[in-house]
Amino acid sequence: MLQLVCIKQVANTETRIKVAADGTTLDPSGVTWVLNVYDEFAVEEALRLKEALGAGEVVLASVGGAGVTTTLRNALAMGADRAVHLKTDDPAPDGLQVARALSALVTELQPGLVWMGKQAVDDDASAVGPMVAEMCGMPCVTVVCKAAIEGGVARLEREIEGGRELVEVPLPAVLTADKGLNEPRHASLKGIMAAKKKPIDERPAALGAPGLERLALELPPPRAAGRIVGEGVAAVPALVQALRDEAKVL
Amino acid sequence: MSILVYIEQRGGAVRSVSRETLGEATRLAAVLGGPVVGVCCAAADPGLAALGEAGAEQVLLAAHPAFAQYDSAGHAAAVTAAAKQVGAKVVLFSASSIGKDLAPRVAARLSVGLATDCTALAVESGRLVATRPVFAGKAFQKVAFPASPAVASLRPKVFAPVSAAGAVAAVSALPFEWDASAPRAVVTGLAGASGGKADLTESEIVVSGGRGLKGPEHFHLVEALADALGATVGASRAVVDAGWRPHGEQVGQTGKVVSPKLYVAVGISGAIQHLAGMSSSRCIVAINKDPEAPIFKVADYGLVGDLFEVLPALTAEVRKLHG
Ligand SMILES: Cc1cc2nc3c(=O)[nH]c(=O)nc-3n(C[C@H](O)[C@H](O)[C@H](O)COP(=O)(O)OP(=O)(O)OC[C@H]3O[C@@H](n4cnc5c(N)ncnc54)[C@H](O)[C@@H]3O)c2cc1C
Ligand SMILES: Nc1ncnc2c1ncn2[C@@H]1O[C@H](COP(=O)(O)O)[C@@H](O)[C@H]1O
Repeated sequence: MLQLVCIKQVANTETRIKVAADGTTLDPSGVTWVLNVYDEFAVEEALRLKEALGAGEVVLASVGGAGVTTTLRNALAMGADRAVHLKTDDPAPDGLQVARALSALVTELQPGLVWMGKQAVDDDASAVGPMVAEMCGMPCVTVVCKAAIEGGVARLEREIEGGRELVEVPLPAVLTADKGLNEPRHASLKGIMAAKKKPIDERPAALGAPGLERLALELPPPRAAGRIVGEGVAAVPALVQALRDEAKVL
Repeated sequence: MSILVYIEQRGGAVRSVSRETLGEATRLAAVLGGPVVGVCCAAADPGLAALGEAGAEQVLLAAHPAFAQYDSAGHAAAVTAAAKQVGAKVVLFSASSIGKDLAPRVAARLSVGLATDCTALAVESGRLVATRPVFAGKAFQKVAFPASPAVASLRPKVFAPVSAAGAVAAVSALPFEWDASAPRAVVTGLAGASGGKADLTESEIVVSGGRGLKGPEHFHLVEALADALGATVGASRAVVDAGWRPHGEQVGQTGKVVSPKLYVAVGISGAIQHLAGMSSSRCIVAINKDPEAPIFKVADYGLVGDLFEVLPALTAEVRKLHG
């Protein structure tokens, strides 16, 4: 079975956000780029399934600029077989556009499973997985925290408000990974060496028209300065009084 | 031309987040023109006429036996049909676990973009503009919608419901086509239900504990305060990763995003990834023994002290208040 894992390169979560000159995107200067955390779970789960089946291929796909190669190599070093880089100069294509580009690839490769992260931690959109599924006419289960895949059926758990939902889906399907799905491996030295020789197929990304018009990226107004009500147990009555009379939340 | 709101139900009860979404739809309708129409997918009518009080003029019921549980594919087919039937110019969801799953499917079916987890909607020069947190809340993105309808999901607890006492919504059946025999994801059950307690994302008050509690055996201190406040318990990732608390309680970038009216952080340092999950709370209280802890930078009220002494005293003081 061919498994396609869609991965996104994102700014490290510690990044101090600066707005680029266009006023709508992140200023890339000084940013450390990493593999989106949720996509790590997706890559790991695909590799484990391939190992369990003892057969198949794990193919990575990423839509992005030239710099994405580094992240693709790092994920290849975890053990994926090859990668497709769908190139674009747009620093922040929206979910609909990325889904269009990826769905063309899904149609071409006919994977048994498409893995994604539940959310990219830069645009926080949680959009691309279900959109690709719709465009390709595939079923989709999002925010998967537990997976058992056997005989062409995936039995999954996903967290919902106040509990977990148990879901069954026939393959092929799109699954999006949540934290808790597994503990992603670190690339071994051997893996890193092997990744250098693995093929990355570069092609232009067919994004189509934007689904959203980016108007602005803005830093949040600073929160009005709070205050320390005091120290230790002695300050407890003052805290409760402030919450009741000032903030009016009790 | 109308504003369509997806009405969530689970187990035959309309979820409260949908009243928040209806509230915002009502405010938009006052500017853009209405009507506000709801669409609900259910096995049987969960009492939709009552949504008139929450601002719905009309509610379309997409009834199907499979909709006793959430059905991603079936709901997508029904909501898309509703959007076309009423000529929706705006389609709104809650950014709940259902809404986050469903909204992108509906947007893709309609070949339009999606603004996820919005914290504000506004009409500027006649067009809808959505504001949404990005980079884990470290920045806000403003977007407009080049095509119609505009599809957006709204962050729970941010938008106020409205109350039109006595108003009744007209409920009618939605005709829609959906092939339930096509390969699809099927919900087979629920596990680990929280026994009726409000979910973190829907609680008015959240009390979260961190590594400062020193061990799972001390979390009863957090639970006691939460009890006294009528709050839900949350946790930092450090304590979830250590196995002290279940993942469902984690607040932050890789956990849940909450916006309660009161958030109390106990023994939590305030790492940027934790702030991502709670900085849109209305009032933030921090209890930490380190006056330099970064959590105090976002807290409205800080108390510097040893939580093992402060928590029991605070719990007692709150109990006195609620007498
Ligand atoms: C990609 C990524 C994603 C992440 N996602 C999340 C996330 O979703 N949520 C999250 O929370 N974290 C997340 N983190 C982890 C985050 O960076 C922090 O490590 C974590 O939030 C720290 O948890 P803590 O505040 O409980 O522990 P600590 O940082 O150890 O803080 C403990 C605090 O308790 C105080 N304390 C100790 N003893 C007492 C006492 N007796 N009385 C009062 N105060 C006391 C200390 O002064 C300290 O401030 C993520 C990290 C990464 C890299
Ligand atoms: N540019 C991209 N290239 C490849 N996969 C992507 C890209 N953007 C998003 N994805 C996938 O879609 C998931 C959800 O992203 P988002 O919808 O942007 O929150 C990510 O975790 C990735 O798996």
